[in-house]
Amino acid sequence: MANNHIDITVEPGEVHALLGENGAGKSTLMNQLYGLLQPDEGEIVVNDEPKVFRSPRDAIAAGIGMVHQHFMLVPVFTVAENIALGAEETRGGPLGWLDRRRARRDVLETSKRFGLPVDPDALIEDLPVGAQQRVEIVKALTRDVDLLILDEPTAVLTPQETDELLAVMRSLTEMGKSIVFITHKLKEVKKIADRITVIRRGQVVGTATPDTSEDELAALMVGRAVSLEVDKSPAEPGSVVLQVAGLVVDDDRGVRAVDGVDLEVRAGEVLGIAGVQGNGQTELVEAVMGLREVRAGKVELDSEDLAGKSTKRILRAGVGYVPEDRSHDGVVKEFTVAENLILDLYDREPFGNAFRLDRAKIDGNAKHRVEQFDIRCQSPESTAGSLSGGNQQKVVIAREMSRPLRLFIASQPTRGVDVGSIEFIHRRIIRERDQGTAVLVVSSELDEVVGLADRIAVMYRGRILAIVSPDTPREEIGLLMAGITGAPAEEEGTK
Amino acid sequence: MTAEPTTEKKPVEKETFLNVFLRNLWSSNSVTVTALSIFLAVVIGAVLIVVSDSAVLAKFSYFTARPGDALEASWALISAAYSDLLKGALGDPEAFSAWFSGTGRWQDALAPISETLTYAAPLVFTGLSVSLAFRGGLFNIGAQGQAVLGCIAAGLAGFTFGLPIVLNLVVALVAGVLGGVLWGFLPGLLKARTGAHEVITTIMLNYTAGLFLAWLVIQNGVQAPGRTDAISKAVASSAQLPSFGGVLRVHLGIVLAVIVTAGVAWLLNRSAFGFELRAVGANPHAAQTAGISVARTYTVLMAVAGGLAGLGGATQVLGTAYALTPSVAGNIGFDGLLVALLGRNRPWGTLMAALLFGALRAGGNRMQSYSGISLELVNVLQALIVIFIAAPALVKAIFRLRAARSAGFGVSPAKG
Repeated sequence: MANNHIDITVEPGEVHALLGENGAGKSTLMNQLYGLLQPDEGEIVVNDEPKVFRSPRDAIAAGIGMVHQHFMLVPVFTVAENIALGAEETRGGPLGWLDRRRARRDVLETSKRFGLPVDPDALIEDLPVGAQQRVEIVKALTRDVDLLILDEPTAVLTPQETDELLAVMRSLTEMGKSIVFITHKLKEVKKIADRITVIRRGQVVGTATPDTSEDELAALMVGRAVSLEVDKSPAEPGSVVLQVAGLVVDDDRGVRAVDGVDLEVRAGEVLGIAGVQGNGQTELVEAVMGLREVRAGKVELDSEDLAGKSTKRILRAGVGYVPEDRSHDGVVKEFTVAENLILDLYDREPFGNAFRLDRAKIDGNAKHRVEQFDIRCQSPESTAGSLSGGNQQKVVIAREMSRPLRLFIASQPTRGVDVGSIEFIHRRIIRERDQGTAVLVVSSELDEVVGLADRIAVMYRGRILAIVSPDTPREEIGLLMAGITGAPAEEEGTK
Repeated sequence: MTAEPTTEKKPVEKETFLNVFLRNLWSSNSVTVTALSIFLAVVIGAVLIVVSDSAVLAKFSYFTARPGDALEASWALISAAYSDLLKGALGDPEAFSAWFSGTGRWQDALAPISETLTYAAPLVFTGLSVSLAFRGGLFNIGAQGQAVLGCIAAGLAGFTFGLPIVLNLVVALVAGVLGGVLWGFLPGLLKARTGAHEVITTIMLNYTAGLFLAWLVIQNGVQAPGRTDAISKAVASSAQLPSFGGVLRVHLGIVLAVIVTAGVAWLLNRSAFGFELRAVGANPHAAQTAGISVARTYTVLMAVAGGLAGLGGATQVLGTAYALTPSVAGNIGFDGLLVALLGRNRPWGTLMAALLFGALRAGGNRMQSYSGISLELVNVLQALIVIFIAAPALVKAIFRLRAARSAGFGVSPAKG
């Protein structure tokens, strides 16, 4: 059961934040409001009228629009085509010609009315994520909705794009629209929300106002006090473990993604790579892991050349790797937790050899790790897909930390992970550092990089722009992330 | 605006065994769907039997006046047809009672089961071939071509070497496996090296294999001496799979099929390679990230799948046909696709599905000769079963099985 007797009320012109950990039931609730799921009990009342939504069409007709966490856009269609999709205007009856001109005009009109610039002729696949999201919002607004549901809208945005989005939300509420803002990011909630409802395990556990402190909100969400700061002692760097010099890597389309990167990570330190998603961090890490071809330059682990080696060899050399996209690259969702915990060790003692697996050892290991890493699952035999995002991530981290490591690489270690698990994962990463492992953390969350790293490398368009200390002012790092070097001159932010 | 979408929390109470049993029966359990699919196919088959019989159909023209006539005749026809199907597949009670009372031979009583097993044996191998490849994320349409190569290699080995007993059979079987391995390895390698889609390459290799066989059997040294039609020399008796002889055609191949099924089950669940192939099949990206070589897995997997299909072809030549003809492999490779689907890509499920298909085939023969119902009805039944299996939503809708939770919107309710 994902929702249990939840009551929420949204007033006109307010931003109502729905705060909760992953798996708390926020999306389930909103999918019922949007007609994707039907409630087993209870009712939805719009402007004092009880409504039954059989499909999103009903919800839109009642003035409710939704922007999903994963955009529902057709990449090869233009902006105008995507916005028209589902409510296409035709000339000459329902089977007539598509009225593209009118679709285009509608887009421009809405975009102007709400101050949301979009190019109606651009292809979706050519647009950055922030612009795609704007298209989703414009699409909802052209349907004349009064209530807009934004499901984790900031998860994919850069800090600057996030500020822009918050400004847009503010101006929409000023025009009388209501917004339900689903998130688990406390800072944003405090910045924008008029009212906050906190959901835990499918139930409303409290309501709050924006002046509630972050610690209090986090405690409400998780159900216990959590520490938002990463607790760590100063690093004691040893010898250089990973050395990358002059590294050049191409992305999937053959475009240069990493363009001459030099960096080194020492034993017992955390090097954080900050940067807006898509500036070559992914390709850099994949090249180090042997998952992507090294075009030029060298990658050395304790002066052993890694370039051109297979991923298996690199892992066996003592490298632990947490990929950025957990469900794509981290776990096999159809496999059990026990199987996922040995995904890279299945053919080695004690779990097996080149021919056979030792089920008893595999199950024993699973029991141990589940306990050690606090993985919440019904049993080690549950499929990984049945776990929440945070627990899936713990499975990956448990697997990668369960052998002696020289280098630990974590990409977006806490993306889509609930607050309680974030704390746990951060503590584990620092513990790994304190045991003398060299740690490389890539994250597009600046807070995370600043909290974990002993040195921060800022990456922009395939290059390392600067390596700075975590004590550097945020604004300065933010500007570096936007590619602006030199002294920060202008004030940042929109609020 | 107020929203109160809620779900009721049911009080926890002790459930009786019957409750649990019924809930499992009516939930969207695939075993139930499989059984209901077979049932639906039989019902539609019954309609087709009636519709295709002009005498019975004529009685429907005065249905409103005397409905009893039409219904009685339909029921007689359907029950005769299906009882012949069952008798042909499992055995005729009369033959059994004759055997027990000493007036009939045991061979006659057991002949139907023998036929079922004979038809099922090669399908087990080709079905396993498709199932295994599918678990590794590959769609092996090429079981047919691999089986043909298995036929060719086993047949050639069977009449060429003239080795002593036992050894000759083993060599011929191994040759069959190797023939299939070759025909599976090629598309596997192409997929791994160049990304060529296995569906396309295996379909092409099916044609290549079939045409090669047709050419081969009329060549000097292969074609049976003194024959002008397309048939090869007979396989040496020392290379034939032992059988009971006479009406009992069933041969050692079915025993081999059970052993190989157990082997494939072990391979999938207990071996390192099985782990690799399941990981690659479920999520190749995660497998690659964990250091499993996806390219190597694809290549080896296709070779193994080809070997299984090749073994199926070999049992067909060495156990049933005893000589190569252009159609010696029949349709076993394509039927293997259906068998794998019906068996839900599980080794023992595939074995069961092959037995069902074997039974339909054997029973269909009797149905045709006794009730005069075309053998094609069996094909229709097979096709209907597979269509229903492939459309579980349809089956659930017909029987009002409890609907899946997210009603097909692809929304994951688990995410917060």
